[in-house]
Amino acid sequence: MSLLDYFKSSKASSASLAKERLQILVAHERSSRNQPSYLPQLQQELLEVIRKYITVEQDAISVNFEQNDTQETLELNIVLPDHPSKFS
Amino acid sequence: MARIIVVTSGKGGVGKTTTSAAIAMGLAKKGHKTAVIDFDVGLRNLDLIMGCERRVVYDFVNVINGEATLNQALIKDKNCSMLYILPASQTRDKDALSQEGVGKVLDELKKDFKYIVCDSPAGIEKGAHLAMYFADDAFIVTNPEVSSVRDSDRMLGILSSKSRRAEQNEEPIKEYLLLSRYSPDRVRLGEMLSVDDVQEILSLHLLGVIPESKSVLNASNSGIPVILDEKSDAGQAYADIVGRYLGEDKPHRFIDEKKGLFGKLFGGK
Repeated sequence: MSLLDYFKSSKASSASLAKERLQILVAHERSSRNQPSYLPQLQQELLEVIRKYITVEQDAISVNFEQNDTQETLELNIVLPDHPSKFS
Repeated sequence: MARIIVVTSGKGGVGKTTTSAAIAMGLAKKGHKTAVIDFDVGLRNLDLIMGCERRVVYDFVNVINGEATLNQALIKDKNCSMLYILPASQTRDKDALSQEGVGKVLDELKKDFKYIVCDSPAGIEKGAHLAMYFADDAFIVTNPEVSSVRDSDRMLGILSSKSRRAEQNEEPIKEYLLLSRYSPDRVRLGEMLSVDDVQEILSLHLLGVIPESKSVLNASNSGIPVILDEKSDAGQAYADIVGRYLGEDKPHRFIDEKKGLFGKLFGGK
């Protein structure tokens, strides 16, 4: 390392920032790439059904699809609001 | 057996057409009969980069529609008798290319040519899809820059799921990384992703690094593929890439910076 490099290394380089951001993004996009194509529609329809009974926001429902060698798991997670039910 | 190579990237402006022209010329100069096809219907530019824009009579779409034969549309390169160019159409009809039509043209080319280089348009629309669909090998042209790397990864996903080989459960397309517009001095300053960074993110086999070079613009200005500029760094980089693709053992170059006197005195390592 030269003397010049020593002074430059005081702040994180933009390249390492780029690498970090890309690694996170690419990992995320790759995991969603392997999901079945019906997933977004399934999520939308589930949300509609749930909204018949409870007032929930779009982001209160999450659908996760996980795949390993032996099985596929579909995980549905709904966060219920603090003051529930339109109809109670 | 003929091989179909797609030159693709997702992102525009990274050097797909420059690369297509260079590697097609490189393969032909090595004695392999090669055809290079422009898939960018509506925005053809390969003819300009190859310097044959004034000799275009018929195009890819004319052949698909049966308005011309393949031999009528193929343009023999002025620098190399083993190289032929099939230009894209300038039609604005996006559906001018069909999977069936493209498949037929490629089958006909395979009888006569050793390598068929498909210059993909940017994006992931129909033209890009058809350019990669029938491919045996994919050259992923990537710049060391966030949006290009991300789009390349997206393209890898499409290659592994939407191609003919994927759909028919054949051996997958062989994917190669071509890192272009690389500046070793900016990498050293921490201003640019390094070859190792990009390889680590994309996990791709590196076919070669093409340095940022003035010779690329000079080559396109004059309509001569940059690989014919044998003195230039980019020309040599492409020649190495063609050699490596053909199985020659060529150590990677242009990854480290050239050091002048100043660099030797004050630079690192």
